Amino acid sequence: MNARLVFSVVLAVLVLAAVSVAQAQDPPELPAGLRDPTGKPKDQPDLPKGLGGDSAPGLPAGLDKGGEPKPPVGIDEAGKKDNGKPKPAKDHGLFGTLERWDISGFWDIRGGFRTQPDRNEDDESLGETRLQLEWEKTFGHVTFRYIGDFLYDPVDDRRGSVDLVRGTGWFDLRELWGRFSPAEFMDVKVGRQALTWGTGDLLFLNDLFPKDWRSFFVGRDLEYLKAPADAVKISLFSEAVNVDVVYMPRFNPSRFIAGRRLSYYSPALGARAGQNAIIRTDLPNEWFDDSEWAARASRKVGRYELAAYGHWGYWKTPEGFNPFRGRATYPRLSVYGASVRGPVGRGIANLEAAFYDSRQDRSGGNPLVRNGEVRLLGGYETDLPELAPELTVAVQYYVEVMQDYSAYHRALAPGAKAADRTRHVVTGRVTRKLLNQDLTLGVFGYYSPSDADAYLRPNAKYKIDDHWTAELGANVFFGKDPHTFFAQFGRNSNVYAALRYAF
Amino acid sequence: MKTSRAFPAGLAALVVVFASALPAAEEAPTAKAPTVEQIVDSANHVAYYQGADGRARVKMTITDAQKRTREREMTILRWDEPAPKDKDKGKDAPAKKDQKFNGRQKFYVYFHKPADVSKMAFLVHKQLKGDDDRWMYLPKLDLVKRIAGSEKRTSFVGSDFFYEDVSGRNVNDDKHELVQDTDQYYVLKNTPVDPAKVEFAYYKTWIHKKTFLVIKNEYYDRNDKPYRTYQVSAVKEIQGYWTVTKARMSDQAAGRYTDVEYSDVKYDTNMDEDLFTERYLRQPPKEHISD
Repeated sequence: MNARLVFSVVLAVLVLAAVSVAQAQDPPELPAGLRDPTGKPKDQPDLPKGLGGDSAPGLPAGLDKGGEPKPPVGIDEAGKKDNGKPKPAKDHGLFGTLERWDISGFWDIRGGFRTQPDRNEDDESLGETRLQLEWEKTFGHVTFRYIGDFLYDPVDDRRGSVDLVRGTGWFDLRELWGRFSPAEFMDVKVGRQALTWGTGDLLFLNDLFPKDWRSFFVGRDLEYLKAPADAVKISLFSEAVNVDVVYMPRFNPSRFIAGRRLSYYSPALGARAGQNAIIRTDLPNEWFDDSEWAARASRKVGRYELAAYGHWGYWKTPEGFNPFRGRATYPRLSVYGASVRGPVGRGIANLEAAFYDSRQDRSGGNPLVRNGEVRLLGGYETDLPELAPELTVAVQYYVEVMQDYSAYHRALAPGAKAADRTRHVVTGRVTRKLLNQDLTLGVFGYYSPSDADAYLRPNAKYKIDDHWTAELGANVFFGKDPHTFFAQFGRNSNVYAALRYAF
Repeated sequence: MKTSRAFPAGLAALVVVFASALPAAEEAPTAKAPTVEQIVDSANHVAYYQGADGRARVKMTITDAQKRTREREMTILRWDEPAPKDKDKGKDAPAKKDQKFNGRQKFYVYFHKPADVSKMAFLVHKQLKGDDDRWMYLPKLDLVKRIAGSEKRTSFVGSDFFYEDVSGRNVNDDKHELVQDTDQYYVLKNTPVDPAKVEFAYYKTWIHKKTFLVIKNEYYDRNDKPYRTYQVSAVKEIQGYWTVTKARMSDQAAGRYTDVEYSDVKYDTNMDEDLFTERYLRQPPKEHISD
């Protein structure tokens, strides 16, 4: 220990003493490090630690180095490296150990029930507990991440059988990937991962990566809307344009509404169906034969983000039917589109378009395969401080126009309900943060004037502390005609509550 | 040339990285007193623009009226637009970075704690005029969300600091008067040009004369009552830049305060502007972010 340090400590004590005297007065104190050996007029802040002030009298002259601020108390070794990472929490318990091993995660308990009976489904919509463990580590130039969920849900009648693609059973592998940069202009991410692009808010045009609609409709955390994809993502960066190419060696379907937990409209039965008519699918699941490709080219022009997209694969939900096997199928699909997003006024606006080429029904006359369509979206989001602080509102207008509508209409089975040629959807989102952002109140709504149906997602989330979060929400479906998109789920309207401990 | 000069209204989180003072030897007070504009510009520069770039590990401890605490931990990276090449500066142009050039900036915030926001990243492109561009990356959805950035005087991550404290309030948004000239400080009174846009009637700033560090800001309501205070409690000279290492923002009305501590501070790291793009939102630059 050198003398300078000792001196600094003494000086610190003096400074602190001076500070405590000075605190009685109005002006701010100079922070440590700024204090000056001269007396401090009462209307001034104390110098902070590090600027060398102290108002104690009688310090030897010559310590004031020619007008320079004095060395900061306790940190006077100029140039000494400040490696001051915050000290690890002195938590020697389980969570401290996990933190040292780079393991994080949460434990979540979540329950929900239908607000009306559904003769084809259980009254409970959700009753699960879930432990997610996450591990991330960088070795040299490669970063690895694992995220997996162990879950127990008595509502799930297939909890024993783990299917990592369909997302059933007691274990769900969310992410398992490695990422590296083989060249300065190139990133590669290989493995199971979440993938997202496009500009829609809970509406997807060019994002054909797998979703989990079951989780979305029963009130799991929004992170579960994305089902994992097994993929190789290669990203190339240049001044002119950035290109992402995603190869999925085996088809990654969305986790869709099959009737086990949520009821849906069955055209075959002409009614809502559930566990009485669970949809069985023929899943294209041969590695490398049933592969999918997706690509995006993007660049910024000023403050605007432009992108063009392509996807070559399958409809992500079973939009076809094989009458010989009595199974739903995933017809081939290619999608081409573009988007722009950027500031307009004081908010953010986005436009996106996509053309869906339903390759197994290009004429539109096959009633067993969904027709191609054009999808268009415009959106706007802004905060509204005039109405209330931390209030955000967003609106979107979305339209789906079926291609070859007359062919579709002609080929429709007798008695089947015809869809409209054009489906219009308006969405609205209102989010308000309260109680120092501990409480978030939000509602997201879809309303279709053409289908005359709607879907509302109110949600309240309260952060009890840095670990615990409580949540309450609902999924409410409206509409008279059971065959329209949201109204078909009318018997699934539910409320849910959750408690989560994150570590 | 017109430069936007963000004034160290509250300083804060991000700031730190940026907070520091001019090398004392070069900037020793001269006989000639600086003008108010020079004081404001220097303080703004010291608070937000030191070095060509900077980074810091930032720990915030939020204490509410019941003394319950919450913690936020993040790494903040800052990049500054380089000064235009010595244009109309002549022989006065400094050799290194232009000490007075306060141009466009980019910030990258990577969250370490608490657990529910861990690994999220936040990107800000600060504009000289108008709203900043902001993006948020949510890793579990792999979602890059663009956020409307018009509201600047709301809490940053639930703390008592506002976004504007963190990224800097435009100096042109206030009128500045020198109300006191003490041994240690220039004391300024700052009155908003457009009072409808802010919650304060005015605020006073104590600027340390030798270093131009803002040591204190006190915000007053329409009844001349102070209700919100920023105060620095420790500074340190790092790579020749005086840097705030500890500060507190107090909200007297709510009985709350947020302590902020900066560690692992580094300047002039030769950070590439490319770090502040979607590429690195999706893939945090590990060489600049310690675990």
